[in-house]
Amino acid sequence: MSARTTLRAFPTLLRVGFAEAVAYRAEMLIWVLSTTMPLVNMVLWMAVSREAPVGRFGEADFISYFLATFAVRQLATSWAAWLINWEVKQGTLAMRLLRPISPLWAYAVESIAAFPMRLMVGVPVMLLSVALVGQKAVPQHAWQWGFVVLSVIGGWAVAFLANVAIGALCFFLESSQKVLEVWLVLFFVCSGYMYPVELLPPTLRTIIDWLPFRYQIGVPVEMLTGAHGWEASLRLLAAQWAWVAVLGVVAAVAWKQGVRRFAAFGG
Amino acid sequence: MISVRGLRKHYKVHKRPPGLKAALRSLIHRSYTTVKAVDGISFDIRPGERVGFLGPNGAGKTTTLKVLSGLLYPSDGEVTVDGHVPQKREEAFLKKIMLVMGQKQQLLWDLPPAETFELNRAIYDVPQAQYKKTMSDLIELLEIGDLIGKPTRQLSLGERMKCELAAALIHQPRVLFLDEPTIGLDVAMQATMRTFIKEYNEKYGATLILTSHYMDDVAALCPRVIVIDKGLLSYDGGLDALVQRVRPEKRVVLRLSEEVDAGRLSPLGRVVTHEPGTAVLQVQQEAVNATITRALSTLPVMDLTVENAPLEEVMSELFAESKARRTAVSEPVSA
Repeated sequence: MSARTTLRAFPTLLRVGFAEAVAYRAEMLIWVLSTTMPLVNMVLWMAVSREAPVGRFGEADFISYFLATFAVRQLATSWAAWLINWEVKQGTLAMRLLRPISPLWAYAVESIAAFPMRLMVGVPVMLLSVALVGQKAVPQHAWQWGFVVLSVIGGWAVAFLANVAIGALCFFLESSQKVLEVWLVLFFVCSGYMYPVELLPPTLRTIIDWLPFRYQIGVPVEMLTGAHGWEASLRLLAAQWAWVAVLGVVAAVAWKQGVRRFAAFGG
Repeated sequence: MISVRGLRKHYKVHKRPPGLKAALRSLIHRSYTTVKAVDGISFDIRPGERVGFLGPNGAGKTTTLKVLSGLLYPSDGEVTVDGHVPQKREEAFLKKIMLVMGQKQQLLWDLPPAETFELNRAIYDVPQAQYKKTMSDLIELLEIGDLIGKPTRQLSLGERMKCELAAALIHQPRVLFLDEPTIGLDVAMQATMRTFIKEYNEKYGATLILTSHYMDDVAALCPRVIVIDKGLLSYDGGLDALVQRVRPEKRVVLRLSEEVDAGRLSPLGRVVTHEPGTAVLQVQQEAVNATITRALSTLPVMDLTVENAPLEEVMSELFAESKARRTAVSEPVSA
């Protein structure tokens, strides 16, 4: 589909996607419950830091960090790998491939259209964070808010493109669900979802800096809690968007090659 | 409009016997077999033609439709649809075609069909005025005015199928691939669908390729049929000519005012069915007139019709013939 036609179709795609998100609001609430791990971690780390701060993190810092993690997780997420596996196996991808718009746009829009519903969970959590910790829980400067927006979009793009690349592997393997599980294990360890990455030893941090996981959750959370100055923020944002570009190429190549092998089984 | 030359689609399929031992062996050594879904078929279809694709299960019909609609890459051969190579999936090509699969749906399950229609309008970039006109026509012809506001999941199969067809036609495709479009529908709904499909073909001059196991669909819609069996083309021509070739005999259907003995029927022809009040005789075409004259003079006939053999029988005989031919070819000749 040409860029002009895609742009023209975008508002309708978003509107219908939002209508679907509203229709599946119960499922979304259940999914939100499954992302409460940061709240559990918050309580644990608060207990650890009661006696003395851990690194630069005191009790209040852990509250703002993990509430921000919970809020970012509502947006910087994707289920495209699961969807692609399901649709390839069932043969229903055929219906998407018949349309003059890439299924990847359709998957992306379905995810983006759910943002308003997810913000309805994320924004109150951030307001709670301000209520508990005070103004320092969130950025103090306008430029920092601009970086928050860019880094959350970047975090979503990392999640989405990695999901597409993993999902497209199911064209080559019988299923890529197990690859997704390995990815998720690494995500939990390396992204800053379970603990702030800066608490890890320097060698591990260097390795993590070269992996994509931190750029999905850790970096947007650090931006949202105002952890970095201008230069460090810019550097992290550049690294995040470099990963978006790399994953974009990988996802596009895997998808293009994979679709050639699509067998469209099932009727 | 459609040109197919030497089309082949082969799949490499992992094969193993059941059981733990075989499962463990397949960890180390996997054996594969090649399935020849389509094995070198060629045909042409003119603009506006209605063609039936027939064949037993696994014959390669749906695979051919999927190649023609750009879903599958052919293993070999050349295919063009209105000048486009389907597997390139160019935007202009996708806007000209649609594949309706009776067993797959494009309607959004938890939203009303109207939302899918609106989505398709945006995706296919249909101008608002044209969309309104087309929708109004489709709503009237398919009688779906009361359905399009209800969530799809609450519609019956027939209602859903009518909405599927409407969703597929919003962009007025010039080539329509229909794969079992009436599967699971009741007789009345099947007739409605057939009438609608024929009207669409006549109104828009759309080329139509249909696969169906319901021979009534084929008889009502397709003057020409292409028969595929085990990936090979076994017939391409008129439906009437196919019936004449495979089963040239005619059926004389008699409605009788009183019960008659089988012995009085058998001299007239081969008795196909005989029940109180009705009898069906099979006779050679050239003997039809004589049989009718004799039946009228010797039996208490109330009503009489002459028909071709049912298409289902014709097809099963054709498939049996080609299976026998294949077996004969593959069996070793002994001295």
